[in-house]
Amino acid sequence: MSLESATTAAGAAQAAPEVNPVPAMRPWPLRGRAGTWAGFALILLLAPLVFSSDLSVSMLSQIGIAIVACLSFNMLLGQGGMLSFGHAVYTGLATFVCIHALLGIASGAFPVPVSLVPLIGGLAGAFFAILLGYVTTKKAGTPFAMITLGIGELVAAMVLMVPEFFGGEGGVSANRSVGKPFLGITFGPPLQVYYLTAFYTFVCTAAMFAFTRTPLGRMLNAVRDNPERVEFIGYSTQRVRYFSFIIAGFFAGVAGGMYALNFEIATSEVVGAGRSGLYLLFTFLGGATFFFGPIIGAILMVLSFTLLSELTKGWPLYLGLVFILMVMFAPGGIASLLMMNVRLAAYRKLGRVVVWYPALMATALVMLAGAAALIELFYQIQLGSGNETHTSVFGIGLDTQSQASWIGAVAVLLVGYALFELVRRRFGRVWGRVQEEIEAQVAAREGR
Amino acid sequence: MEFFTISMLNGLSYGLLLFMLSSGLTLIFSMMGVLNFAHASFYMIGAYLAYTIAKVTGFWPGLIIAPIVVGLLGALFESQCLRRVHKFGHVAELLITFGLSFVVVELVMLIWGRTPVEFPPPPSLRGPAFTLVNSSVDGLRLVLGAAPAAMCQAADSSVRVVCSPFPATRGFMMLVALLMLVALWLLLTRTRIGLVIQSALTHPEMVESLGHNVPRVFMMVFGAGCALAGLAGVIGGVTFVTEPAMAFTVGTIIFVVVVVGGMGSLAGAFVASLLIGVIQTFAIALDYSLLSLVRGLHIPLSEGASDFSVLKLSISQIAPILPYLFLVLILIFRPKGLLGTREG
Repeated sequence: MSLESATTAAGAAQAAPEVNPVPAMRPWPLRGRAGTWAGFALILLLAPLVFSSDLSVSMLSQIGIAIVACLSFNMLLGQGGMLSFGHAVYTGLATFVCIHALLGIASGAFPVPVSLVPLIGGLAGAFFAILLGYVTTKKAGTPFAMITLGIGELVAAMVLMVPEFFGGEGGVSANRSVGKPFLGITFGPPLQVYYLTAFYTFVCTAAMFAFTRTPLGRMLNAVRDNPERVEFIGYSTQRVRYFSFIIAGFFAGVAGGMYALNFEIATSEVVGAGRSGLYLLFTFLGGATFFFGPIIGAILMVLSFTLLSELTKGWPLYLGLVFILMVMFAPGGIASLLMMNVRLAAYRKLGRVVVWYPALMATALVMLAGAAALIELFYQIQLGSGNETHTSVFGIGLDTQSQASWIGAVAVLLVGYALFELVRRRFGRVWGRVQEEIEAQVAAREGR
Repeated sequence: MEFFTISMLNGLSYGLLLFMLSSGLTLIFSMMGVLNFAHASFYMIGAYLAYTIAKVTGFWPGLIIAPIVVGLLGALFESQCLRRVHKFGHVAELLITFGLSFVVVELVMLIWGRTPVEFPPPPSLRGPAFTLVNSSVDGLRLVLGAAPAAMCQAADSSVRVVCSPFPATRGFMMLVALLMLVALWLLLTRTRIGLVIQSALTHPEMVESLGHNVPRVFMMVFGAGCALAGLAGVIGGVTFVTEPAMAFTVGTIIFVVVVVGGMGSLAGAFVASLLIGVIQTFAIALDYSLLSLVRGLHIPLSEGASDFSVLKLSISQIAPILPYLFLVLILIFRPKGLLGTREG
């Protein structure tokens, strides 16, 4: 693997907004940033008042956990250019440790308050990152990815082999409402757990953002973009990766600890490759090139797990397809799509492209409907119970027996694709022209 | 003795199957710098396609057609998807093949179902290729095909007779893999195309300026690598189980193989494939644990200690994780892999 190859997509795309920051009064004044954080805290505080059902409070807690997990994952992927296929090892092992800590609190052998359990998870995550990360971070790029995959498999298999600690197939469970209540807080009701989760989510998010501003965080970016140069300056790229890996392991562990408090059970699935893959998928979908991207990804992860899986059995397929399209056409994830429009807005050119969005969306929706109809028809054949041949997409009934359904689905797909392609080409021209104008403005100002 | 021979042959045949996969993976990697995460998915597609074709035309046409179709699919993926993300760097390339592996598993479950399909070997490959008969009176003998039942039964109880059959599918696996190995070697070293490929590995710009279409060479190599994976899939499918999880089981192992062998080293991949194949096969057959070692050394243990599961784990139980342990050890002691030349 050549050295320049570690210059990732993430790196290339992130460089762009930093070189050409949003014009006029940027960089953001401190007041603006404080406002952002206050808004984040306010959302965390008020969310359970708006979505107050039991299901939504539990979902909000899961979102909090996912935010910390995805942000810690992005510390590796987005900021370090390290593609990890085994991040669930650190969240998962921390979950196991925290479940045992809860059991210890219950038996009185381990007298700490329940509210500190996520911190124990963090320490456990950091411990395992120190242990395993030494081997993992010896290499960067593709070998790094393969090694994390191997270590992930190793840990997942070992978990099943030591039932004393990991509980075998059934896992280990604990009770979170143990120990002395503090100011009447027992952590029995989900709302109390949510607020504890929200507190940790806020603190961890702030800490991880702060990390990006530390010298180590900056060196990590440098190691991602130009490891050869970093070595020449005199830093050990391996050590920078290793230290960052440990810190990422710590935050992953905090997420694992919050998971233990929320679900009160740890099974072998929490360290599995499937979960690692999901962290990767959603972090990337959210956008690895911006700090806030993984937050979007985490929200999507929980939503698609709870809502999309209700809607269709084929949701992993849709997810995979969306992921491939995203890698091909928008490697910066949703966050980069958002920021591109913010950039246009800053140059007061957003109006010219926005008028195309409804057309783009409508044609994409037609195309999606056709594809979804086909996929759902296949799923109905494959998984339909007995003689059930009916299924529906967007409320339109479909029948695997009728030719009209199949032909209709294919026709809708093709027509949708043709229309979308037509609109997309025209939109592409407008988009290109607007970008050129912005480039010209930037060049004019720099030449001034 | 017969245990050793049969295990060795099983191990070698499994190792050769791994090499059929890892050779394509290594070729693609050393050429394009892309580690094809979906390589094992093409292996799985090969198995399922051959299963479908075999239902219509029988096994043998499937053995030819399925790899070709898989190769075409691979070339299509390279030219339509992979090439587009090339400009975004290696992480994006790895990610898109990761996405593909995700989608392929779902598609396979969509088309062929979630449970294993029954993909039996053709009649000529059923049963054993040969049988080793070890008798305490007559010594070791080799019988082609299945040994007659009378031979495996001792006439009286004082004579110990053990019959160890070697499955024909395993033999066929070795045969195909060796043929493929020779063909690949001849292609790479003795033909014009092979020379272009070899030179495109190291000096793509020079090859391009000499008038060769390097992107098309890349596409062909990617397709050929996928076709090899498809061929391995057909054989692996009849020998093992054809199920949606087969890609992941083999996939992680072949990544271990390429890292252990040294990234981009074909010879290293060969050595590592055989090594891991043999280690895993022997480990499955060995039923020793730490506990038996401790007992063998006559170290007294308390009741509780001898109940602890880590001590009771036998080598056969930890067989699935041995390749990964091997990977970790190699990385600590020889980070560039067995025959690798460069680090990182």
